[in-house]
Amino acid sequence: MQSSTFEPWNDPEATPLIRFWNVTKKFGDFTAIHDLSLEIFEREFFALLGPSGCGKTTMMRMLAGFEEPTRGTIELAGQDIAHVPPNKRAVNMMFQSYALFPHLTVWDNIAFGLRRDRKPKDEIAARVEEMLKLTRLEKFARRKPDQISGGQRQRVALARSLAKAPKLLLLDEPLGALDAKLRQDTQFELMDIQEKTGTTFVIVTHDQEEAMTVASRIAVMDEGRLMQVDTPDRIYEEPGSVYVADFIGDVNIIEGRATPQGEGSYRIDWAEGQPPLTARSERRLAAGQTCYLAIRPEKVAITADRPADAANAIQGKVHDIAYLGNLSTYHVRLADGQIIKAQTSNRRRIARRQFTWEDTVWLSWTATAGVLLEN
Amino acid sequence: MRRLILIAVPYLWLLALFLVPFVIVLKISLSDTALAIPPYTPTLDLSAGWQGIRDFFAELDFENFVWLTQDDLYWKAYLSSLWIALASTAMTLLVAYPIAYGMARAPEEWRPTLMMLVILPFWTSFLIRVYSWMGILSQEGFLNQFLLWTGVISDPLQILNTNTAVYIGIVYTYLPFMILPIYATLDRLDISLIEAAEDLGCSRASAFWLVTVPLSKNGIIAGCFLVFIPALGEFVIPSLLGGSSTLMIGKVLWEEFFSNRDWPVASAVAVVLLLILVVPIVLFQKNQERQQEAEK
Repeated sequence: MQSSTFEPWNDPEATPLIRFWNVTKKFGDFTAIHDLSLEIFEREFFALLGPSGCGKTTMMRMLAGFEEPTRGTIELAGQDIAHVPPNKRAVNMMFQSYALFPHLTVWDNIAFGLRRDRKPKDEIAARVEEMLKLTRLEKFARRKPDQISGGQRQRVALARSLAKAPKLLLLDEPLGALDAKLRQDTQFELMDIQEKTGTTFVIVTHDQEEAMTVASRIAVMDEGRLMQVDTPDRIYEEPGSVYVADFIGDVNIIEGRATPQGEGSYRIDWAEGQPPLTARSERRLAAGQTCYLAIRPEKVAITADRPADAANAIQGKVHDIAYLGNLSTYHVRLADGQIIKAQTSNRRRIARRQFTWEDTVWLSWTATAGVLLEN
Repeated sequence: MRRLILIAVPYLWLLALFLVPFVIVLKISLSDTALAIPPYTPTLDLSAGWQGIRDFFAELDFENFVWLTQDDLYWKAYLSSLWIALASTAMTLLVAYPIAYGMARAPEEWRPTLMMLVILPFWTSFLIRVYSWMGILSQEGFLNQFLLWTGVISDPLQILNTNTAVYIGIVYTYLPFMILPIYATLDRLDISLIEAAEDLGCSRASAFWLVTVPLSKNGIIAGCFLVFIPALGEFVIPSLLGGSSTLMIGKVLWEEFFSNRDWPVASAVAVVLLLILVVPIVLFQKNQERQQEAEK
C-alpha cells in the first residue's frame, strides 16, 4: 500500500464511501451506539477495535443491513442505506463463524452470490475460478466445508464474500478462529488481497495487534462511542485519552499536576518526595490542572546509575521481570509503591542480564517520550 | 463373554418379539381355514413323529396369497392405503413445518413450553382423542355448529365417515412425529447461514428455499417416514372416522380376522403389508445412518 500518499482522510476534497451521521442504535433500553459520526474512504482498510460489547459488531451489522439505526443516517457512496435490506446492498460480509453452507461444495459456496444475480453460467464459472485462484483453493473446489481445514474455510468465506465484487467488504473477527501462527500469515494475505482487489475493507476485531497490522486507520470504540479514529502509529504514539493509551499496548500512566514552564513544556508534580517530571505537549493545560502522563515501557530506559543528561529520572527497585524472549519487561517499584514498567530488548544472553530482583535501578526518559493527557 | 451377552440380549429380544410371532403369522397364512379351534389347519402334531411333521409341511400352500391377487379388493386396498398414507404424510409435513419453524425461532425461554404443548396430546389415550374427533366432525358436531352459527354454510357438511375425516385424523395423530425431528434440525441451524444467504443477495423466501429447507432435509425425511410407516397400516382412524367407502388395508385385515374369521387370509394380508413396509423402513434406517455419519 502506498501508505505515504494514501491519506484520503486528510484530503478535504475527498468524498467518503461510508458516512455515519449521528447514528444511534438502541436495543430496548440499552443504547449500543451513541450518536456516532464516522467517515470511511474508498480503498481503506478500516478497523473497528474495542472490547466485547463496545458496539463494534452493531456498527458492522448496520453496515451489512441486519440492523437498522434507531436514529441518524448511514450513507454508502452518497446513498442513504439505513433502511435498505441486506440483499439489496453492494456490501458483503465475512462472518465470524464463516457461515459456509454445509450442503454446498466450496465451488457452489463461492458461486452462491453470483447465481442470485442471474449472471450467465460461463461468467459465474470464470469469476469463481478467479476467486479460487486468488485464495489458492483450486484443489478444494469440489470438497464440502467439513472436508477442509479451518484456514481453508476462512479462505472460502473470504472468496465467497469477495466474489460479487462488493463496494465494501465487512470482516467480523475474520481470524478469530485461527491459531496464532496461521493468523499472522493470514493477516498479510488479507492485506495483499485487499490491495489486489482495491475493495474497501472494514474489519471488526478485539485484537489490537491485528488491527495495528492490517488497518490503514483504526477506530477505537468503547461503550458505543468512538474514542479515537486515527492511523495505527498515531493511535499508539499519540493516544487522545487515557482509555486509548491503556487499551492499545502496554503503558505507564502517571497522574500529577501540571505547571506550564515556557513554550509547550510542563512541570508535573506527581508524588511527594519525588522530583517533578518534565514533559512537552501541544496541549494547553492550566496551572495546577490534573494531568496524566502516558509513557510506553519501551521508551523508559533502565540503568544502574543516574543518567547525567536525562530530563526525567526516578529511582526504584526491580520488583518483577517478565522475560518474553526477545524482550524483557522490568516492573520497578518506586518508593511510594507505584510500579513503573520498563522494557528492554534482550541483545545479550540471559546469563549476562544486568539487573535482577531487588536491584536498585534508575528509570529515565526524555521530555518528549511521554504523552500528556487530560482525562 | 460379557460382550456376547450384550449382543445376545437385543437379538433374543428381536427373536422373541418379532421373529417368532412373524413365523407364526407366516405359518397361518400358508394354512387353510377350518371350523375348529384354532380356526385353521394343519396344526403341528409332534406325537406322530417325523410322519406328522412331513404331513404338516405337505399341507402348507400359497393358496391365500394367490387369492389376494384374484380378488381386486385387496390390491385396491393396498393401493388406496399407500395413497392415503402418502397424501396424509404430505399434509402432515405442510402443517408441521411451519410449527417446527416457529418453535425453533421462538425465544429460548418459550421453547420448553412449546415442546410440552406438542407432546401434551400423548397424555390422553389415542382412542379417546379419535372419538373426540367424531364429536367435532359429525353432522351435529362442534365444527358444523360453529360454521352454521357464523353463517359460512347453511347446511351441515358431511365430514365424518369420509376420507377427509381420515386425513384429518392421521394428520392430527401423527403431527408430533413430524414436528419433533424437523424441529431438532431447525434448532441446530445457525442463524448466520440465513444472514449469509441474505447478504449474498437472497430474499427472505429464497434464503428459506436455498438454505433452510436443504439443511432441514434430514428432519423432513425422518418425519415423513415416522408418519408414513404407521399410517400405511392404520386401522383405528379409518374404522372410526372413515366411511364405508374408505378402503384401507388395516381395516380389511381387521374385517378378515374378526368378521370373516378367516385367519389364514388375514395373515396373508399382514405378511404382504409387512413386506411392503420393509422398503420404507430400510430407507429410513439408511437415512438415520447417513445423518449420524454426517454429524461425526
